[in-house]
Amino acid sequence: RTAAGVNAGHTLPDKVKIVEVGPRDGLQNEKTIVPTEAKINLIDMLSESGLPVIEATSFVSPKWVPQMADQVEVMKGISRKPGVSYPVLTPNLKGFQAAVKAGAAEVAIFGAASELFSKKNINCSVDESLQRFDEVMKAAKEAGVPVRGYVSCVVGCPYEGKVAPEKVAHVAKRLYSMGCYEISLGDTIGVGTPGSITAMLEAVSKEVPVSALAVHCHDTYGQALANILVALQMGISVIDSSVAGLGGCPYAQGASGNVATEDVVYMLHGLGIQTGVDLSKLMDAGAFICRTLNRKTSSKVAQATCKL
Amino acid sequence: MMHCWLAVYSRRHEYPEFVKIVEVGPRDGLQNEKEIVPTGVKIQLIDMLSGTGLSVIEATSFVSSKWVPQMADHTDVLRGIQRAPHVRYPVLTPNLQGFQDAVAAGATEVAVFGSASETFSKKNINCSIDESMLRFEEVINTAKERQIPVRGYVSCALGCPHEGDIKPSTVAKVAKRLYEMGCYEISLADTIGVGTPGSMLKMLQGVKKEVPINALAVHCHDTYGQALPNILTALQMGVCVVDSAVAGLGGCPYAQGSSGNVSTEDVLYMLHGMGIETGVNLPKVIEAGYFICNALCRNTNSKVAQAKSRTL
Repeated sequence: RTAAGVNAGHTLPDKVKIVEVGPRDGLQNEKTIVPTEAKINLIDMLSESGLPVIEATSFVSPKWVPQMADQVEVMKGISRKPGVSYPVLTPNLKGFQAAVKAGAAEVAIFGAASELFSKKNINCSVDESLQRFDEVMKAAKEAGVPVRGYVSCVVGCPYEGKVAPEKVAHVAKRLYSMGCYEISLGDTIGVGTPGSITAMLEAVSKEVPVSALAVHCHDTYGQALANILVALQMGISVIDSSVAGLGGCPYAQGASGNVATEDVVYMLHGLGIQTGVDLSKLMDAGAFICRTLNRKTSSKVAQATCKL
Repeated sequence: MMHCWLAVYSRRHEYPEFVKIVEVGPRDGLQNEKEIVPTGVKIQLIDMLSGTGLSVIEATSFVSSKWVPQMADHTDVLRGIQRAPHVRYPVLTPNLQGFQDAVAAGATEVAVFGSASETFSKKNINCSIDESMLRFEEVINTAKERQIPVRGYVSCALGCPHEGDIKPSTVAKVAKRLYEMGCYEISLADTIGVGTPGSMLKMLQGVKKEVPINALAVHCHDTYGQALPNILTALQMGVCVVDSAVAGLGGCPYAQGSSGNVSTEDVLYMLHGMGIETGVNLPKVIEAGYFICNALCRNTNSKVAQAKSRTL
């Protein structure tokens, strides 16, 4: 059945692909180091819930991101469900090679739409970071490994403030022309609203086909679901989210970060949009990881459901 | 100043230029908080909210204190607040007795609460929807004589904790009845927060056939995190009155420990980010939120307030 178009002439997609970033983006921003076994169990539970894409880990130096130090064991330990992708982050060629050796069949690279953020985060300019990725892209092409591109700070930057939509479009276009099959646009500090998100998507969709775009909204200011809704209305059909809303915001201590997959799925199913995800199994995975982390879920759906 | 992004944004959607926020924290919010708040604190909260630019602040409820102990001090609150010019202070009046008490205490606007669910009506106020409408008719007719405006609420507009799904046509019927009896505005409440943009759209499509869109408001609960996208949907359909509660006060009585009302701060952040005017000063609302949360010894439910207090 067709999904309810919220506005005349704004039909929503029938299907949305959810890219589950909890095991990577989520856990990376959690203080408690999670044992490898628990990470593997989490990913296996998520695989069972019907999610089509689960970002498994990150091949960065454990010196920088201790949470991801067990990257190889995680990759080797998970039960890969047929039809499910398990992309991993690869910040450079070395990381890419280690990832492929560990069995990665898809990778992701990260660019920023803000110069200051790029410098403070990875110690080089945006252009320099994209050049670094040229090597990864080349190696990935040769190996037949698809690459997903992320753009961070697509609406606002903790250092620069407002980010110009044209800058985001420029970086997205670069990543797409370099060979990334999909570009995920990240509202890294969650400051976006339906106003700024729409303007940014208008600019980016002039340079990259909307079918190759995804949104990665943070819920730091509670705006994520509203932002996702306008993105859907603009034709976006790939949404990043994190089970239980794992992963705080490193720029607003104690504030929330990723939007909770459960809450996204609840909204999408309520709109009649198919996701392939079993919400109840997803909530089981969320409950598991929250017990492991000894923290409460950030998902409102999970909070409400277990208390009725 | 028209930012270029706002021009782009306005082309895509028709949004209201101005949205009126109806602040329900002191009544709906506090009513659903376990801690009994001292009268002085309630008065101070309302006075702080009066200084933020909000034009409507639901002050209290003239129900029997036997049922709602939190509102037992309704007369003292209404008499104690400093009424700001250009701000209205509606109060709930479930029946004629409550209405008369409210007027005696100085109320100049009242509200009545109907339900779109028979079961909810019976369990909540011990009578059927039709019986409740007769009760409200008394209140509304008496209010008309005194030229006191009446706002109507329809609860369970997107779902009932007992009945489950509620038909848009049922909501429309109740809304129409209240409107025709004389309510100037009908607030459609997603009492248990189960609504999504899909069900919000269908419900509003049904209701706007019977009640003009500019007489409608939405009262969204955030129990399932859906409040802001639901409000956005309502705005896209032409609704320009939104109920919310400072700091997201008021849990959900049907999902123990879950959130209830959507936070005024989070709604304002979204509206202002979309270039929609509200006349409300967000930092002052955040301040009022911190005040009441301190008094209640609880954390705010507002993500905006949480983020602002922790930004490095």
